[in-house]
Amino acid sequence: MNNFWMILSQSYINKLKTKPFIITTLLVAAVIIAAANFEQIFSNFGDDNEQAKVAVVDQTGALYEPLKEQLAAAGANVKVVKSDQTEAQLKKDVEKEAYKGYLLLERNSEGMPSATYKAENIANSSLSSEIRQALQALKTREVAGKLQLTDEQIQLWNAPVSFDTIALAKGAKSEEELIQAQALVYVLLFLIYLSVIMYANMIASEVAIEKSSRVMEILISSVSPIKQMFAKILGIGLLGLTQLVIWFAAAYIAMVNQPDGSLVQSIGLQSASGSMIIYAILLFILGYFLYATIAALLGSLVSRLEDVQQMMTPLTLLVMAGFFISMYGLGNPESPFITVTSYVPFFTPMILFVRISLLSIPPWEIALGFGVLIAAIIVFGIIGARIYKGGVLMYGKSNSLKDMKKAFELSKDN
Amino acid sequence: MLVLENVTKRFNDFTAVNDLSLQIPERELFGFLGANGAGKTTTFRMILGILQPNAGAIHWNGKPINYKVSPLIGYLPEERGLYPKMKVKDQIVYLARLRGMDKKEAAAETDRWLERFHVPDYAGKRVEELSKGNQQKIQFISSVVHKPQLLILDEPFSGLDPVNVELLKEAVVELRESGTTIVFSSHRMEHVEELCENVCMMHRGRPVVHGSLREIKRSFGKKNVTVQADFNLDFLREIPGVLRTKNTAEGMVLQVAKEETSQHIFAALQEKGFVTRFELEEPSLNDIFIEKAGASYE
Repeated sequence: MNNFWMILSQSYINKLKTKPFIITTLLVAAVIIAAANFEQIFSNFGDDNEQAKVAVVDQTGALYEPLKEQLAAAGANVKVVKSDQTEAQLKKDVEKEAYKGYLLLERNSEGMPSATYKAENIANSSLSSEIRQALQALKTREVAGKLQLTDEQIQLWNAPVSFDTIALAKGAKSEEELIQAQALVYVLLFLIYLSVIMYANMIASEVAIEKSSRVMEILISSVSPIKQMFAKILGIGLLGLTQLVIWFAAAYIAMVNQPDGSLVQSIGLQSASGSMIIYAILLFILGYFLYATIAALLGSLVSRLEDVQQMMTPLTLLVMAGFFISMYGLGNPESPFITVTSYVPFFTPMILFVRISLLSIPPWEIALGFGVLIAAIIVFGIIGARIYKGGVLMYGKSNSLKDMKKAFELSKDN
Repeated sequence: MLVLENVTKRFNDFTAVNDLSLQIPERELFGFLGANGAGKTTTFRMILGILQPNAGAIHWNGKPINYKVSPLIGYLPEERGLYPKMKVKDQIVYLARLRGMDKKEAAAETDRWLERFHVPDYAGKRVEELSKGNQQKIQFISSVVHKPQLLILDEPFSGLDPVNVELLKEAVVELRESGTTIVFSSHRMEHVEELCENVCMMHRGRPVVHGSLREIKRSFGKKNVTVQADFNLDFLREIPGVLRTKNTAEGMVLQVAKEETSQHIFAALQEKGFVTRFELEEPSLNDIFIEKAGASYE
């Protein structure tokens, strides 16, 4: 095994065995599974079987029965109880939690049903809206009866207008596909964002640890710093991929165990075309390389572990900016701002992904985006290697652009 | 043979090493001296190939030193350089493998050295758990475990108690006898005087003294006279040939230009009182250093 692979496997396996890594990986996997089963977990907590009891004071005398039927027909989670008690008494009953609330039914001046719902608090809007819907249906039926409409006519009346949107461009996504894609893109974007920040920081602190513990001096006398840098970037990258694979596996397991038509399925793994996942992985890898190279460069400039965060701040802000622009892009993928920023290498991994996923952009644009990104990786790889080589030999208080120049010059005649 | 030819290293305007030429034959234990900032570490880094000289060349057995020959070289840096959280044995084996050693052999050698330094039970401990002195032993092991031909020790004895200094010294001498070429720098002149035949003294990037220790001392000419007596010795300063004096707790040390002067001093002491000690000595390296570099070593 040559040095390159030795350092690579060292940084991979060593990190893989650390407790923080194992804990983070398992914790996030658990969160993914929990989130996917959110609906079920939530519904287990909810007291479904116990319907909310609502007292109804029907001053018209004719509305209670139809309302009860309508509620039952709609499968509403409300149990109505006819009551002829005074409001004062009902108020007390509500306070004693005998009822969730009470409903006063009357007819207004036009003879239409009118209701007032009173409860301890009205935060639970789903309850009142269920009653309102039932009452609305009741009213519609009464009006229809007055107009002597048949049931068929009522259905026609109620039927929503048919409104389809169709994209003319070939290969453009249908609206339904778009909504599903948006959700998935959001999830993947978040993953790219999180992991790039996490692994870039990991690299910078790894380098800073080697520097501050001065083991760097022994390392660079055995293996060239450039080899070290790229072996480390690859090793940590592999670590990141391992983690992502575990998380994807957790998400997949959670997905396939879902009942049909659940919320999570509507995010739609089935809507994810294979190419979209491949683009996500490719852009993650390239984005990782770009940021990891810069992180290694920055890590090589600090002498103490405590300075790493400070040094990394600009980079973190850059990733965050990319993330927020791409969030905007989710809603406006066609805006010129998004098009332009998708060719700025720092933002390309996320914003180009938004455009690829939501639009049908021509292959040359995809190629251009990838080209810009790869070119940036090469440029930063070369500059980074130079600065790294000089930076690892510099000690003292160092965290500025001036040091970057110094490190660059130090390695010039090497 | 390690050869440095007119090596110069500049950092911007600062010249760290200026026109340094050295020849260190194989199996030599070579002492490298100099105050802080004299250019020792920079020279070591150039020998190791970490830094490239601006001018001049460095060869090991006729070949330039680069990453191809790094398995032949061992290095103990001045500041402790180990992974704090890694286990001792894992760490030594890893560093040995980076120097091209086989994994199994590295493990066996590591065990042997840990045994030798009476610390076999540290194998599974993390470096940060060890005391500074013990970390230094681990550092030493990691610089020699891959059986280098050329060993560079930057301040190997600092931070060690006398017992461990002896342990390390023995190991260094043994390595030399088994054929290793060793270049080492030390803070302590007596270590250099004890171990080295040849030395080089650096001052502000320039070699000020270079050669065999005996030759250096002889050509220095000056000698020391130590006098201890129960009366005031200040009058000795006036004797011609006395270059400088230093009062000590029990008497005085006088530096003289020639051996004969010592006899004048001896004569001057007659009948002045009770003399408990009178000794003519070779100059110490420290004296030579003060003279040549114009600064105290420590």
